[in-house]
Amino acid sequence: MLPTDPTKKISFTRCIKEGDLVIVYERHDCMKAVKVCQNSAFQNRFGAFKHSDWIGKPFGSMVFSNKGGFVYLLAPTPELWTLVLSHRTQILYIADISFVIMYLELVPGCLVLESGTGSGSLTTSLARAVAPTGHVYTFDFHEQRAASAREDFERTGVSSFVTVGVRDIQGQGFPDEFSGLADSIFLDLPQPWLAIPSAKKMLKQDGILCSFSPCIEQVQRSCESLRLNFTDIRTFEILLRTYEIRQWRADCGQGTGGGSAGSIRHKRKQHLIEGSGEKENPNNSTVMARPNGEARGHTGYLTFARLKCLS
Amino acid sequence: MSQNNVQLDPIRKAQLTWEGCSVLLDINDGDRLVFARLTSGSTLKIGNKNCSLQPLIGCPFGSLFQVDNGKEGPNLSRVIPSTEDDVQEKEDAQISGEFRDNRAIVDDNKAQSLSGEDIDEMRRQGATGEEIVEALIANSATFEKKTSFSQEKYKLKKQKKYAPKVLLRRPFARSICEAYFKKNPARIGFLRVDMLSLLLSMGNVAANSDVLVVDMAGGLLTGAVAERLGGTGYVCNTCIGDSPYPMDIVRIFNFSNEICKRIVRASVNDVTSQSETSEQSDQLESACNMEIQSNEQKSSSVSMEDISLSSENGVSDLILEANHSPVNKISKSHKVGEKASQETLKLWKENGFSSMIVVAPELDPWSVVKDLLPLLSYSAPFAIYHQYLQPLATCMHSLQVWKMAIGLQISEPWLREYQVLPSRTHPCMQMSGCGGYILSGTRTATNASSKQ
Repeated sequence: MLPTDPTKKISFTRCIKEGDLVIVYERHDCMKAVKVCQNSAFQNRFGAFKHSDWIGKPFGSMVFSNKGGFVYLLAPTPELWTLVLSHRTQILYIADISFVIMYLELVPGCLVLESGTGSGSLTTSLARAVAPTGHVYTFDFHEQRAASAREDFERTGVSSFVTVGVRDIQGQGFPDEFSGLADSIFLDLPQPWLAIPSAKKMLKQDGILCSFSPCIEQVQRSCESLRLNFTDIRTFEILLRTYEIRQWRADCGQGTGGGSAGSIRHKRKQHLIEGSGEKENPNNSTVMARPNGEARGHTGYLTFARLKCLS
Repeated sequence: MSQNNVQLDPIRKAQLTWEGCSVLLDINDGDRLVFARLTSGSTLKIGNKNCSLQPLIGCPFGSLFQVDNGKEGPNLSRVIPSTEDDVQEKEDAQISGEFRDNRAIVDDNKAQSLSGEDIDEMRRQGATGEEIVEALIANSATFEKKTSFSQEKYKLKKQKKYAPKVLLRRPFARSICEAYFKKNPARIGFLRVDMLSLLLSMGNVAANSDVLVVDMAGGLLTGAVAERLGGTGYVCNTCIGDSPYPMDIVRIFNFSNEICKRIVRASVNDVTSQSETSEQSDQLESACNMEIQSNEQKSSSVSMEDISLSSENGVSDLILEANHSPVNKISKSHKVGEKASQETLKLWKENGFSSMIVVAPELDPWSVVKDLLPLLSYSAPFAIYHQYLQPLATCMHSLQVWKMAIGLQISEPWLREYQVLPSRTHPCMQMSGCGGYILSGTRTATNASSKQ
């Protein structure tokens, strides 16, 4: 997934090979991760897609099924992976993830500690940020979940930058071997305040901690315990509002347009065929946007704090 | 020691400042933010006092300073923040006295018995800022009647005025973006920090990638990408017309030589043309060179930048003195934003860029994207920022019609900060209402079959 391996880096000439992980794209809300295997086939409602047809095609290609249905084959990225991974726990999404990476000031070479690993959605992005010289040490107290995460990191090709440990961080704290070595720490735990004294020990001077909690009571208690040794304690909530667009043609009239996006989309296609791909006259059509009806109302609160500089 | 760190290992973060290092100075908890370069001759004006920045050299990032009245005038001295016990005491005190309210507080300007002349006299006698604050509290008739929270607020307000604190911060994409967004957002195209972080994620910026950027945010985007590349891959800063866009903000990052070499410029013509067009390319080259020269001139004269617009102290003439002392060696030894070499351009033409990020609030996104998208590798992700929704909606529609990309999505981030205090937790009273919009997607290879 990461371009640290030049043979895996996408380019005009890099083609899909046996053993590659591809993201099969049906629609923006319907994707699947598939490992390419010469004799396999991918099944969906549009028919069967033979993997052998995929090999040798560039990433980003449209491929067809036995029934003439089509999908796109994309190169995996941490963003796409977040959309296709199997949810063993509640996961972090792109808005929170990108904000965490930025606020933890992660750059190549950093050492990051994370607990819990969960489904590994954030871990993959942490690995991208610190590669090729840094490392992510992630811990989960659930043995089976840790094993599944390890398999996933192997599959996505980030395993050389991630080490998964089985450990109860709330109960035992982080391993002593990381004392004073961590550039940043991320906590996603039910009682993060229990892990804060250990986090303090692990962080380098001026190092940054982030705690993700869905409930404000958790934030309240974490902040109280952070005040002892940390400074710049800030809590944020971040959400993403998505928009849908629609073309509005003057000659459609408002009567036919009302509420029926489908018919308009149909007309647009017809219009395109008639115009044989020519750019549409902008005078009689406008594109409009509005927020999607359904949106995520809450993910969690992100609390950041910096270790006080005492020496 | 720290300087050695920087030079030997360009990727790891240095813990201490060094001579010639670029820093962000946070004065009084974000009231004023100043970018400065630490040299023996550089000074900072706080209130009406000029303080040398020399004491900051060799200190750890994150250290706190206060203004002291020394024998040879005011100087900055290091303060070690309160320890665990102090904080605990304060919290106990806060919880105890909660029966007070503001019924007895009358706003008649008579609460403070200490006059301006009295304070000046104390100063002449060499009182420290802390002592003046204590005196103000002792002479306030209403202080005892206030709740512990408003006592704390009162104390903080007086501290800011009479005992200003300076916090030494490492300039990072995050702190640079926040500082500009707070004080001069127009300079960075109103790019909020959550938007910048989304752009970097959606643009899949990772070590060893070749990122094509259109950066009309003064160099903030270019710098943020280079920071994530950590001296690998390339960030190609491209301009649409003939004149390169300014990227002065890149100089605020403490980039090593390794990282600077990875920031290159190329015009759209350079990256699109199949064969080298002789005359035009020469013209552009000279334009680019001129820009580099002018940047260098700037870097030697303006080594500090004050982006503060107002001050709580009522002192509005907070001007920073540009320091004309020798420019530090690190910034002299390399150039940022040299023209991309022919070999590099050739490589990009053969392989395509790994991703693209566009921050061009002045341009129509579609006109930029239709020229630049074909330069991306198949399956390369891209992210386009705009302050307005409509141009992105039109751009998204065109991309759909021309079947150039999939996974198209317009999103708008919403960011809210919270005040978290015992029994007083609520969202902050002020927030930024709009962080702009982002159009993201992935380039498809549909054109490939016709090409090959």
